[in-house]
Amino acid sequence: MKHIRAVNQKAVRIEEYIASAGDDVFALQEGGESAPHKRPHYPMGCSLVFFPGWEVDSAGGTAGLCQPVERDIYDCYISCFWPAQVPDHLNNYPGWTSKCASATKDWRNVDLVFP
Amino acid sequence: MNELRLGEFYEFAGGGKRYLYLVPSGAIFELGEAAGAVIETLKSGPRTRERLLEDVVAHPAPDVAEAVEELYQTHAISHVGGFDEPVQKAPMPFPLQTLVLNVTNQCNLSCKYCYEFGEDRVATPEGKPKFMPLETAKASVDYLIEQSPGRRSIHLTFFGGETLMNFPVLRATIDYAREKAHAAGKYIDFSLTTNATLLTPAIIEYFSENNVGVTVSLDGNREQNDALRVFSNGRGSYDVIEPKVRELLKNHRTRPISARVTLTSNNVDVTSIYRHLRQDLGFHEVGFAPVTTAPNRLYAIGSNGLDRVLDQFTELAHEYRDCALRDEHHGFSNVSDTLSELHAGISKAHPCGAGLGLMGVGPSGDIAPCHRFVDSDAHTLGHVSTGIDRAKQADFLDRGHLSQKIDCHTCWARPLCSGGCYHEAYVRYHDTGRPNLHYCDWIRGWTDLCLGIYGEIAARNPKFLAYFDERRAE
Repeated sequence: MKHIRAVNQKAVRIEEYIASAGDDVFALQEGGESAPHKRPHYPMGCSLVFFPGWEVDSAGGTAGLCQPVERDIYDCYISCFWPAQVPDHLNNYPGWTSKCASATKDWRNVDLVFP
Repeated sequence: MNELRLGEFYEFAGGGKRYLYLVPSGAIFELGEAAGAVIETLKSGPRTRERLLEDVVAHPAPDVAEAVEELYQTHAISHVGGFDEPVQKAPMPFPLQTLVLNVTNQCNLSCKYCYEFGEDRVATPEGKPKFMPLETAKASVDYLIEQSPGRRSIHLTFFGGETLMNFPVLRATIDYAREKAHAAGKYIDFSLTTNATLLTPAIIEYFSENNVGVTVSLDGNREQNDALRVFSNGRGSYDVIEPKVRELLKNHRTRPISARVTLTSNNVDVTSIYRHLRQDLGFHEVGFAPVTTAPNRLYAIGSNGLDRVLDQFTELAHEYRDCALRDEHHGFSNVSDTLSELHAGISKAHPCGAGLGLMGVGPSGDIAPCHRFVDSDAHTLGHVSTGIDRAKQADFLDRGHLSQKIDCHTCWARPLCSGGCYHEAYVRYHDTGRPNLHYCDWIRGWTDLCLGIYGEIAARNPKFLAYFDERRAE
């Protein structure tokens, strides 16, 4: 602990307990039970896991992703392989993104389609 | 609600540091600046974590966030609604650690305040043996060894009456117990309390050779002691005990000898009593306790008297602190006892070990919760030949459990006090399960004083606290 200091024996025991409780099991834990520093394994890239909430980088944030979250539907649909989850840009909905010149500003214009 | 609020703690300072004494855990944490700012901010009311981070502006946000997390994990702050503290009962049957043998209920003194013979006695000794026969003492030793599974170290304490009036049995019991404990693979330790009137060179030599801890009951110098500690003809006892005490202190070299003083309404001059016993006579430690009595007795200390006692305790306790900062011994044992408990971070569900790991045995072999209840029919929990009546024991313990003492539930001093002495409660309120509300202010004042001293030692001479690490080692 950095901001409070255990002084008596009970406080030391509480501190040890908290430290050991911190060694909990994580989802997608790296290294198994015996790993000295347990932490989750964040998959690299955007396409390995399709659960919402896993769109994070290896540090647990969003800064290292290939697309900012505001742009991912739009940009992934153009440049990456996520077409199954967006309208068919090539044949049926070529104008789906025509109102979205700048994804960070106009992403609200990328709307649902009703085949 | 997702708001954070202050947890339960007592804040104190010492040696220029800020500390929290957490309740009920008994943990002591030193506050860093960011943590201190979080506590200060929450004093104006609960708020969400986000709001709290916004409101503590004097420190960088990451530091504040960490401090909040650390305070939260230690329960110094908690969610509104708080944590549920489960009622924890001691595992039963609880292994014995200490038996107090009242080897006799007879005494050659007639101290006017004595709880065993005085107006507030709880004992009903009529028709019972006055002296414990050796067979009963041996049966007690066997019972202690049998009922202390898992304990490597056990204690046998002799009490009375005046213990030395039954010295032959006391001595034979020590010899027997040492042999039996050795055979059982346990270490056994012996101690006793005496008024010192019957000490002889041979007895002193035996105590020294056998490593027997000795506590002497006396109340100060001649005038202070002889006001109430008198023989049955009214003659004071000081002149008889003084040379014997000097000889004891000179020739018992294997254990530190302590004095135990009973404070009464006309004898509350703690400092001068301490000076005499520690410096003039040379006791290693001196401990003080206000007399246990109904409030209407002439010698009872009223609340004004207790305030005066606390003032003098404060003066002596500060002397203790100054000695501790210089790594020197000071013999005010009330302070060292309290510091020892604070250092361990003890948090008691029961005020003491009576009826749990400690039992008293009367001359008849009857088992009582402690030595203060022996020979009292109303408090008998069993007999050394037949064992403890577990239902009676459970009833005694359940009534004395902190969870039953509603008045204590909002008191920050409850980890150490837990409602106070069962015997004191019985004498005052006729119920061992009642909290001793007549000395709450005293307990809080004393605990506050000792926390301040603990904090100062922790800040300025922390290595002194290692003494308490060893002291509690089992």
